[in-house]
Order: sequence, then C-alpha cells, then structure tokens
Amino acid sequence: MKDDVESREDRVGKLKGLGCSRKRVEDARFTQGKGNYVDDIKLDGMLFGDFVRSPYAHAKVVSINTEEALKVPGVLAVLTAKDLEPLGLHWMPTLAGDKQMVLADGKVLFQGQEVAFVVAEDRYAAADGIEAVEVEYEELPVLVNPFEALKSDVVLREDTVDENGAPKDGAHGPRKHHNHIFTWEAGDRETTEQVIGEAEVVATSDMYYHRTHPCPLETCGCVASMDKVNGKLTLWGTFQAPHAIRTVVSLISGIEEHNIRVISPDIGGGFGNKVGAYPGYVCSVVASIVTGKPVKWIEDRMDNLMTTAFARDYHMTGRISATKEGKITGLHCHVTADHGGFDACADPTKFPAGFMNICTGSYDIPTAYLEVEGVYTNKAPGGVSYRCSFRVTEAVYFIERMIEVLAIKLNMDAAELRRINFIRKEQFPYKAALGWEYDSGDYHTAWDKALKTVDYEGLRAEQAQRVEDFKAGKTRKLMGIGLSFFTEIVGAGPVKNCDILGLGMFDSCEIRIHPTGSAIARLGTISQGQGHATTFAQILASEIGLPADSITIEEGDTDTAPYGLGTYGSRSTPVAGAATALAGRKIRAKAQMIAAYLLEVHDDDVEFDVDRFVVKGAPERFKTMKEIAFAAYNQAIPGIEPGLEAVSYYDPPNMTYPFGAYVCVMDIDVDTGVPEIRRFYALDDCGTRINPMIIEGQVHGGLTEALAVALGQEIAYDDMGNVKTGTLMDFFLPTAWEVPNYETDHTVTPSPHHPIGAKGVGESPHVGGVPCFSNAVQDAFRAFGNVHTNMPHDHWRIWKTAHELGLHG
Amino acid sequence: MIPASFEYYRPKDIAGVLALLRDHGDDARVMAGGHSLIPMMKLRMAEVPHLIDLQDVAGLGGIEVGESSIRLGAMVTQTEIIGHDGLAQAAPILREAALQIADPQVRNMGTVGGNVANGDPGNDMPGLMQCLDAVFTLVGQDGERQVAAREFYDAAYMTAREDDEVLTAVTIPLPKGGHAYEKQKRKIGDYATAAAAVQITREGGSCTAASIAMTNLSDTPVFCEEAGAALVGTSVDTAALDAAVAAMQAAIDPSEDNRGPVEFKRHVAGVILRRAIERAWSRA
Repeated sequence: MKDDVESREDRVGKLKGLGCSRKRVEDARFTQGKGNYVDDIKLDGMLFGDFVRSPYAHAKVVSINTEEALKVPGVLAVLTAKDLEPLGLHWMPTLAGDKQMVLADGKVLFQGQEVAFVVAEDRYAAADGIEAVEVEYEELPVLVNPFEALKSDVVLREDTVDENGAPKDGAHGPRKHHNHIFTWEAGDRETTEQVIGEAEVVATSDMYYHRTHPCPLETCGCVASMDKVNGKLTLWGTFQAPHAIRTVVSLISGIEEHNIRVISPDIGGGFGNKVGAYPGYVCSVVASIVTGKPVKWIEDRMDNLMTTAFARDYHMTGRISATKEGKITGLHCHVTADHGGFDACADPTKFPAGFMNICTGSYDIPTAYLEVEGVYTNKAPGGVSYRCSFRVTEAVYFIERMIEVLAIKLNMDAAELRRINFIRKEQFPYKAALGWEYDSGDYHTAWDKALKTVDYEGLRAEQAQRVEDFKAGKTRKLMGIGLSFFTEIVGAGPVKNCDILGLGMFDSCEIRIHPTGSAIARLGTISQGQGHATTFAQILASEIGLPADSITIEEGDTDTAPYGLGTYGSRSTPVAGAATALAGRKIRAKAQMIAAYLLEVHDDDVEFDVDRFVVKGAPERFKTMKEIAFAAYNQAIPGIEPGLEAVSYYDPPNMTYPFGAYVCVMDIDVDTGVPEIRRFYALDDCGTRINPMIIEGQVHGGLTEALAVALGQEIAYDDMGNVKTGTLMDFFLPTAWEVPNYETDHTVTPSPHHPIGAKGVGESPHVGGVPCFSNAVQDAFRAFGNVHTNMPHDHWRIWKTAHELGLHG
Repeated sequence: MIPASFEYYRPKDIAGVLALLRDHGDDARVMAGGHSLIPMMKLRMAEVPHLIDLQDVAGLGGIEVGESSIRLGAMVTQTEIIGHDGLAQAAPILREAALQIADPQVRNMGTVGGNVANGDPGNDMPGLMQCLDAVFTLVGQDGERQVAAREFYDAAYMTAREDDEVLTAVTIPLPKGGHAYEKQKRKIGDYATAAAAVQITREGGSCTAASIAMTNLSDTPVFCEEAGAALVGTSVDTAALDAAVAAMQAAIDPSEDNRGPVEFKRHVAGVILRRAIERAWSRA
C-alpha cells in the first residue's frame, strides 16, 4: 500500500495544516467575479428602499410631506418616524448602551441623518421618490467641537435632560453636562499625579487622532424578507456579527429568535464598519413586513462615508514621567472622545472607551491613569474599531507618540528609550498598571532583530548626514525614521468581562466528519476577506488528521452555524480558532477509542500520528482517520455511539497579546510636503502561524490602511457640520501606486493559554503601522525642533510643519 | 448616486448630433468619455434630459501628425495619446501629461475633447493646450469655427463653446524644444494641487521662447504669457526662474480646498513651475 511507504513528512504535507501557505480556497470565486455579496441577492418581487437624508447637521424637522413622492411611478411607501413609533422602532438601541434615531424624530443631529425611507419597485424609482419628499427644516446651532459642546447651552439630545433641564444619568454613569455621554477611568489617579509631580523628567503632548472611516469596498446593505405565511424573517446583510444581529432584531422587534434567520453572505471588507446596526436594517425589515415583499437597502459610497460608523476622533492629552536615565515612572492620559450625535461605538459593554487602557503599551510603566470622556456633537455616530481591537489603535498611537516626545525631552534615541522600558520576557504574564494581564511576549528579541535587519545605526548616520546636507543647501529632502513597537490586545473575550449588550463574547465551532473521511465545520464567526475557509480548515487538518482540502468551512447563516459573536477585533482566531481546535480534539478523542477497538488494543495503547492512530511501539499497525471515520458510521462498536461529530464553545481565559516591531524610512520633500516611503519593515509576532501567506496578506492590507490613515485619510467637517470628505476624491484610499514595498518578518511567541498558541494578526499591522508612518514624518523634522504634529500628514500639513519650522527660508 | 431618468441617443454622424442639439436646446448635452458628466448626473448636479453619446459619431477620432501641426480628433482617448509613438516623438509633452491623468481605466474612456470642452479647472488638458497654443474646432448649426485654447475658457465650466456647438478636434502647432508637464497630486486619480506645462526653446545658452500654463490654480487654466517672457533671452538662471515664478504668481488665483489653503498652493505652484522649467530647459 502507498501509505506504508509514504514518509511522515509527505503525510504532513498532504494535510496542508498549520504553518502551510495554503492558497486561499475563496479566491477561485472572487477572482472570477463569482462571489455572492448582498447586492447580488435578487428575489422575486424584491423592492428597494433608500433614505431621504438631512442636508443639515442640526435642525428641527418641522414637517415631512410625502404626497408628491407617493405620486412618483414605482414608489410604494414612504416611512417616517411617525410610522415607526407605534412599533417602538423609531429609535433603536446602539451597541454602546445608547439609543439612536432610526428616522428623524423631530430633529436631526448630523448631516446625512436618515429622515424618511422611500420604498419603491427599484432603486431608480426610489431615488426619484427621495427627490420628491419635501422636508421643512429649521436650522439649529451646530456643535462640531467636543470641547465647545461640553460648554454649550445647546442641548443636542433632549433625552439627556430631565424636565428641569438637568442632565440625567447615562448608560455608563452620571452626566456632568447635557452633551456629556460618560466618563470612564482606569488606574490610580492620585498615585499617578504624585509620581509625575515628583518626577525628574516629564514630557507632555496634546494630540488629536482625527476622525476617519473604515470604508470597506463593499458598502453596508441588507435584504429583508418577511414570509407572512410561516412567520419567518430572513435577513441577508453585511453583518460582521450575524448572531448578534439576530438576537438584537428579536429583542427590538419581538419576533421570536427561531423565526429569524440572519445570513451574512460574502462580505467585501468590514474593518469594524459592519459590526453595528443601522437604520437601513430596521427600515428594510419594517418595509418588508408592511409590504409583504423582500426589501433591499444598499448604501452608496457617500452614504457610507458620511453616515455609517466612523472611527477614532480622540483628543488625547498625555503626560509621561521618567528618570533622567529614561526609565519611565508614570503615565497620565486624558481623552475627550467625540462620538457624534449618538454613542454607537461597538465596544464590549463594560468598556465604553474600548481597550484604550492598553495605552501603557509594551512598556513596564508602574503607575498610570486614564480618563476618557465621551461627548455628543453634530457629527455622524460611530467610534468603531477600524481594523483594530476596540480603540487599541488610539492607545498604541498615544503611547508610541509619548515615547517619541519623551525621547526628545530626554535628548535620547527613541529606539534605546523603548528598549530600556520594554516589559522583559521574564515578567510575563505581566500585570499592567491599567488592569490587563499580558499573556506572553519577547519584545527585546523582536526589537533587536528589527533594528539589526534595517541597519538602524546606519540609518541614523545617514539621517544625520542628510540634516547636515540640508543645512548646507545641498538637498531639500529630509529623512525620517519611523519606529513603532506595539502590543495589541485581541480576542475578545472572556465572558466574565466581555459582553456586548449582555451577549457573552465566546465563540464556537461545530464539526461533522462525513463517513468517507471529509468534513464540514461551522463557526460563529464570519470572514470578510480574512480567509477563514482556508485557515480554519488548516487548524482542523492538523487536529484531526484529514486534509484541509477535504474540509468545508461554513459561516454566516444563523440557521446552521453555532452561536458566536462574529468577526472583528482580531477575535476569530483567538476565540473561534480555539473552539475549532478544541472541537477537533473532541473528534480525535472519539477517534482514538474507535481506533483502539479496530486495532484490538486498549485506548491508551494507540497514539495520534499526523493522519492516523498507531499502536504504540508498532507503527506498522495503524488506522487512518479516514478509515476511522468510515467505521464510526458503519461499524457497530460496543459502547460507542455511531457518528463522528463535535461542538465546542470557547470562552477564552484571557485576551491574546500579539506584538510587533516596525520601521519606516521616509524621504520628505520640504518644499511640496510630499513624503516618499523608501522602506517599510514589519516584524509581527502573532504566536503560532497558521498560514504564512495569509498573514503576509493581512500585514500588507493593515499597513496600507495605516498608511492611508497616517498620510491623509480623514472625515473632515466644516463649522456648519458639512462633511468635506464625502467622496473618494477627497477621502484617501491608497492604490497600488501609493503603496510601498513592504518587508515582512516574524518571531514566534505562542500564546500560553490558546490551544494552538495563535494570537491573531489581522489588525496588528494597522495598529502598529499608523504610529510608525506618523513617527517617520515627525522624526524627519526632529532635528529642527518638531515635537508633535497631528495626523493626517497630507502634503499641506507636512508643508505647514516645514513652514512653521522656518524651513522655507 | 442614481441619475434622474434621461433619453439616450447614439447618433452616427455629426449632423445627427446637431439635429438633436437643435431640437432639445439646453435640455441636451453631448457626452464623450463621460467621466465628468456621468458623476454630475448621478449626483443630480447636472440635469440632462437628453444625453447624446458621441461614441459612434464618424470622424471624431484619429491622431494625425503633420508637417507643421498635429490634429487630435475630439474622441481620441488619453490611452491612445499615450500609445501613439509618432505623437510621442512629435509632442512628447502630451504623453507625459496624459500619463499623469487619472488611472488606466479612466484614461481608456477619457477623451481629449471631453477634457478640454468641459471647462473643469481641474482637468489637465486645457492648461496643456494653452501652453501648446492649440486651436479647438467647434461645429455648430452655422458651420465650423476655430477658437484658440488661450481664448476658450471664461470661468469654471464656462467656455466659448455655445450650447448647440460640438468640439470636434484639437489642432496643435508642432511644439519645439524641451518640454515638461509637472503635477503634484495627493494620489492617483486626483486633480492637481498644482500643475505646470512648459515648452521651451533655446539657442546656445539662451532661451528663445517659452510657453507656460498652470492647472487648477484658478477657475480656468492660466496661460502665463509674462512668465514665459521672463525666461526669453536669459540663460534660465535663478533670477530668470524667480522672475517667471513671480509673473506666474501674479496670474494665478487659487482657492482653498481639501488639498490645502491658498498659501500652500501658491508655494507649491512656484516649486512645481520651477521644476518644470528646469526639466524642460534640460531637454531643450
């Protein structure tokens, strides 16, 4: 038999399990245009709904006249808040414990807010109907600055005050002002103040992490279909968390959960934009119930950029203290968080500022304090985690800037300052001052490898020469060396402290082995481009000894998939990946009993070997997993139920903490403000590596989105609350042309608590990349006195920095 | 992003186009590549009840490189300009500029005629054509007339073309000497923060003629006659460059947008022009 002569290495290779750069199984359909996205779904009699949106950022809605719109051929209905109110659906809960208007209930709070929902036979008629709806507005004073909002007499949300106009408690405690949402603290304020007060050196910085947007290529949308005969609602949508959507729909609509089927088909990128619930979902469901027909709603690009969940908008103030030698002693961070008109962040409920309290970063900082204040303004709601785990991007940007600012204050090399403050390998598991317990890390090894690879000393020497040349008039280009060392906190999360609206953030996997030795596994997560169908099959292949090519991975249909909280925050591998491995181990445990029976030995006398169980000490006596699968279904085995299936629900004991060391080398044209990225080196440690090719792809994607955010991508408003960057002309999405060549590298520090040691990687490059690009820009001007300038570093802002430093003569 | 409904026409000849324009007046617009007009219609900023597609109209294509001039049919695409070796030989600035317009997909559809006729101050070809002293052929109900590119632009989207006229061709005298099209933009596909078209000739060490036009620094392209004049008779030294830049600064009138404030745009315009002149001079 061939198996007899096959080497162990060959058998391992055939599985395409852990560590294999297996090609993505999804790509066959995507590269042929055969994906099935929400907008590809076409049902008989399907209607199309779209919104009348507010042109004003803050206005009273005096009246809505739908008469003319209803005369437009093809228009069937126009829903307003008045129609939704009897159903209690004119407002909906947000994931942050706030509530949000589904349709304008007497007023609008941001430009683009949903005012009425026009339902028509097709999207053309809907667009004509929107034009014909007459809305009378009465403009109100606009607040776009959160600091002013906290002082203003203007009450943005009437539901925040009692009958005497005094602020009422919010979802996260008392309000100190009617436009104040919450204050959230971590750490020890008193000791931190004391340490900083007595410190030898203190560096301070104000920084604004601007408002941006995840901008997935596919915008948000859904198709709602209410079957009035069987009472079942089917909802296809661009959902990053289909089960959570099902539960939320059930809770707010009163439809029993078994009568709701939520399906996330192929999703064209999410990056946090598709975690929350949007008015379009509610209106489509209502419209389908009202008309008895399927109703589709699909955003256009401007709708997406202007109204669905933004990211960041954090005004951060930092103080960091150290000894003269550079040992950090304390960190103080205050954040004013602009949430827009409604608090629609997608954070675990107990963390209204997400995991911002990871802002001590990769450093052993004994004392720290963080305070975040959420504020309402006349901007779109959101505050989601754009390619990061719940505000980690903000946290890492903050600390990586504070390190640079401190290095300037100490007149020290920023790489060295990092090195002397890193949490040391032997300190893990490390309990940080702001509460988290870092599971594992080896920062010094990664940092040294990175600096050596890029020849850091050589780069600094070259930079010093460049400064001399610049001063001598020999060049007009400066050189920046951007450094960043990040620690992510991903894999939300342990149910004891992570839930969203009470839904515990575990995840799940259910496996069925077929009699002929292939399998299907279903998970509670949903891929949006991450390649789950490829990588989860690899995890299983290594666990159960069947080839990854023989394992189908299915996600996104709540009628078939086990319950889980979806995909965001790099949680799929840390949580659902763990569930997959553990479900695989249950399969293997049963397979071991079957093998022992077939080999006529005791259970303990067989051991697993790649794709089979062998009799200990007699490797020629074995049963392959394929043979075992057949026997499981077709042979009567005393004491063992037929079949080979398993399910696992995994509640992680801790988060995972991937980390990495990035270096960017940039040349900056001082006269035009144009940066040119000469080199970008990214070392990632995501623990056990499942598919190196997919990791590399994730790193490239995350870095590209980091480049975008650092160098130009923003949602900007004017003083009247008009969105200035509502199209891709002004909203920066880099193309291949703007993207440099990335060098990727890695170290491997497995997570000690994850079943296969994996930590997640999708968001690391974004989290680490943003400060790296930003630091490169700012470092270029360090020799001329720059301490901090805000992102995005687009041409004119870089030029402005040079100009203000007197570099234009 | 859904346009209002419209009638779509695809006539085969210019007579058919003119007849439709006559019948529908202001309600009709001709469309070449559609990259400006269709987005405007989708945003419902342009209402076009009658849309006349020029794709099938005979006689609007073709690149002819003659003894003393070049004729570009209005429907010649940017991609065709880039791919035409004879043209690249005769007027290399056209390829250099076309390669800096948008991206390959847009250039496959975007035409010279549409680019110059629309009057969008962000378009690159109008300034380029002013630099090259091109002449536009307009065909209307009363026959054909010629308008110099330097006389064509009145304000943003306002040109010398009458509503019932069609721009059918661009004729360019064969350019001489060195050239450069220098453009700063935020990303591929963007309009210029500032762009400069320069064509320059020399005899020995002295500049004999210079033509300069700037893009996206006013509500029309800006032909800077005095900037060119400042170079003539000089060795294009620092003083001459300074004078040219100063003359250009007096002619432009940039406005603030997301690319940056006026002060920045003026500074960049100076840098870009300086670089364009230096590059063109090095090729002259």
